[in-house]
Amino acid sequence: MSTTTSAAPPRTSSETRSQRRVRLTDRARHERNLGWLLAGPAFIAMVAVTGYPILNAIWLSMFDYRLTDPEGRNFVGLGNYFTILTDGLFWQQFGVTSLITVVTVAAELVLGFGLAMVMHRALYLRTALRTAILVPYGIITVVSAYAWAYAFSNTYGFVNGLFGLGEFDWFGGTWSALVTVCVAEIWKTTPFMSLLLLAGLAQIPDDYLEAAKVDGATAWQRVKRVILPNMKAAIMVALLFRTLDAFRIFDSVFIMTAGAQGTETLSFLAYRQTISRVMVGLGSAVSVILAILVVLIAVMFVKVFKTDLSQQRGERK
Amino acid sequence: MLQHKPRRWAAGSALVVFASVLAGCGGDDGSNTLTYYIADAAQEDVATRCSAESGGAYAFNIQRLPNTAAGGREQLLRRLAAEDRSMDIVSVDPPFMAEFANAGFLRAFTDAERQEFSDGILDGPLKQSTFRDTLYSAPLYGNTQLLWYRKSVLQKAGVDPSAGPVTWDQLIKGATQAGVTVAAQGRRNESLMVWVNALVSSAGGSILQAGSENLPANEVKGGLNTPAGAEAARIMHELAVSPAAPAGFSTAGEEDSRAAFQAGTGGFMVNWPYVWAAFDSAIEEGTLPANFKDDVGWAAYPRVETGTESASPSGGLGLSISSFSRKQDLAVQAIRCLANEQSQKDFMKTAGNPAALASVFDDPEIREMFPMADEIRTGLDAATPRPVSPYYGDVTGSIQTAFHPPDSLSPGSTPREANDLLEDVLSNKRLI
Repeated sequence: MSTTTSAAPPRTSSETRSQRRVRLTDRARHERNLGWLLAGPAFIAMVAVTGYPILNAIWLSMFDYRLTDPEGRNFVGLGNYFTILTDGLFWQQFGVTSLITVVTVAAELVLGFGLAMVMHRALYLRTALRTAILVPYGIITVVSAYAWAYAFSNTYGFVNGLFGLGEFDWFGGTWSALVTVCVAEIWKTTPFMSLLLLAGLAQIPDDYLEAAKVDGATAWQRVKRVILPNMKAAIMVALLFRTLDAFRIFDSVFIMTAGAQGTETLSFLAYRQTISRVMVGLGSAVSVILAILVVLIAVMFVKVFKTDLSQQRGERK
Repeated sequence: MLQHKPRRWAAGSALVVFASVLAGCGGDDGSNTLTYYIADAAQEDVATRCSAESGGAYAFNIQRLPNTAAGGREQLLRRLAAEDRSMDIVSVDPPFMAEFANAGFLRAFTDAERQEFSDGILDGPLKQSTFRDTLYSAPLYGNTQLLWYRKSVLQKAGVDPSAGPVTWDQLIKGATQAGVTVAAQGRRNESLMVWVNALVSSAGGSILQAGSENLPANEVKGGLNTPAGAEAARIMHELAVSPAAPAGFSTAGEEDSRAAFQAGTGGFMVNWPYVWAAFDSAIEEGTLPANFKDDVGWAAYPRVETGTESASPSGGLGLSISSFSRKQDLAVQAIRCLANEQSQKDFMKTAGNPAALASVFDDPEIREMFPMADEIRTGLDAATPRPVSPYYGDVTGSIQTAFHPPDSLSPGSTPREANDLLEDVLSNKRLI
């Protein structure tokens, strides 16, 4: 049974690509040159607007530099990094950020998969359903954070009334405040996850599922043995995108708790040093560390979990 | 040929647009329009009146700062640090003034202007407008907190603020006994700093040691590891864990405090005088009974020790001129109207924020609208500003971290930890 269903993905990628390269050399070269000509200016602009700030941030991170005291600026080498990495606050916020990331991404994966199935299978009102599911993702994060902050408020929120919690102050304790932040995040970004998963779901040929059905596979067996293995690439890409996003969480925390009750995340740490304290050097160092962590997450997904990004680029259909 | 025409036209208009954008960036467009950053909506009405009265001498381009004190500071700081020439007059929250002035962002008023803008100004607002004996802000309004109480709960609580000064301990005990709340601002933002500063100062201490305003950041010493710091931590903790703390105490700002005071269990509250005008709005909206204000009384800010006078919090707003403005003389001229007696009176009437000029409190109209005018004036004169420091952002950030949440404070350890954090943050050894 399982041999028929977990069929190998259609052979496309490397073979056809190399064949095409041999057959269409002239045309391909021409197209490539044209491609560079067309995309070149944009590419240069991108490097200029992203490359320069990155290099500048790395440079600034080596100074003790307060924006309101430009004369007092002095070179401290890796001193700022030492300050950050030996401060318990950094590690605490690293923990909080990781916790929020793991919890929200896991919940979004499960919920997003369910929603993707619903969108995929719906027989009626497909467009309306898909639009409705995507609405939260279309709302600006700051607005959704305010909406949830009001919802959980102990004076005018509806959550306490709904669950009979009286005047319980959600934002008054670390764990309850983290719950509200996670709920807001999950509500906001589950649609994005489900959209990516829906794309993966749509790629599974109906034949596989029908064959499994004919062979007598139950619904759960079909999900486990047919759908999930064939969606692995889409799931990994969705997880990668959401993890990178979730790790940089800022808006919801900023609006809902302002970082109080130990709910500050690493982005918040960078914000506080750079914007509130105008310690540009220290803040840049936090940002550089945050960027390195994000790159590490990406590398981990690509190398360790073998996430196949080619699918996302449309090279595999 | 025909095809080229629109292109040339397009290129020409693009150039015009580009040039005008560039000119816009310059800020000095030769016009008499002053860009005025306001922190309070009521400032706009005053500005409209002033530009009309000026007979065309100046007009305003009004820009609104973010609602929160910290948000306003951040926007001003960012723009001023970038030497934004499009800013002329900026509304500065007094505790942030030293930071801006020290960095050279604000134009110092001349001696003659200082004379003019400080004439008749109450002590509290004037003190916080000067830095190193130079005036950097023309006081627009002052602010101080009062103790507000519900007359109907006094008998049960066994305290009577109208009979004489009361202490925090008496309030907490009385409110607990009467089953009512004492509302204060336990939220981790600038209002927490206001509370901590008032408590430490009332106990005879100060957050920073004397003379620290002229020291480099890493030499600044905190004054929290003292009996005054311990008293502050003790009172905050005792209130937060007592039954007199309103629900959500550690997240309550000024408006939450007002909500708690207006609720059925409301008893006492420390808050700014704007609440008096806010009660009116609530009555108009029908969320409060029409006779609510009959039950409301007010008194001087609570004391820490019976025998020592309280140091009430000081707030307000000052008008400063950006060092990068190219219309500084015109800006001075405009401030003469924006902060004059009429403007301060209008401002007090519409926004409920107390004037900085003593004479406004003698105005019959104001006395009728604000029956507590005398208490506010006395409070303003006795008000103790938050620490004057070029590194105020770090000072308030450290205090807000160390003194929050109030229910976890301990008089034994909080003062020392807060002091260490403050000094370490200022010497760039720790993060906040």
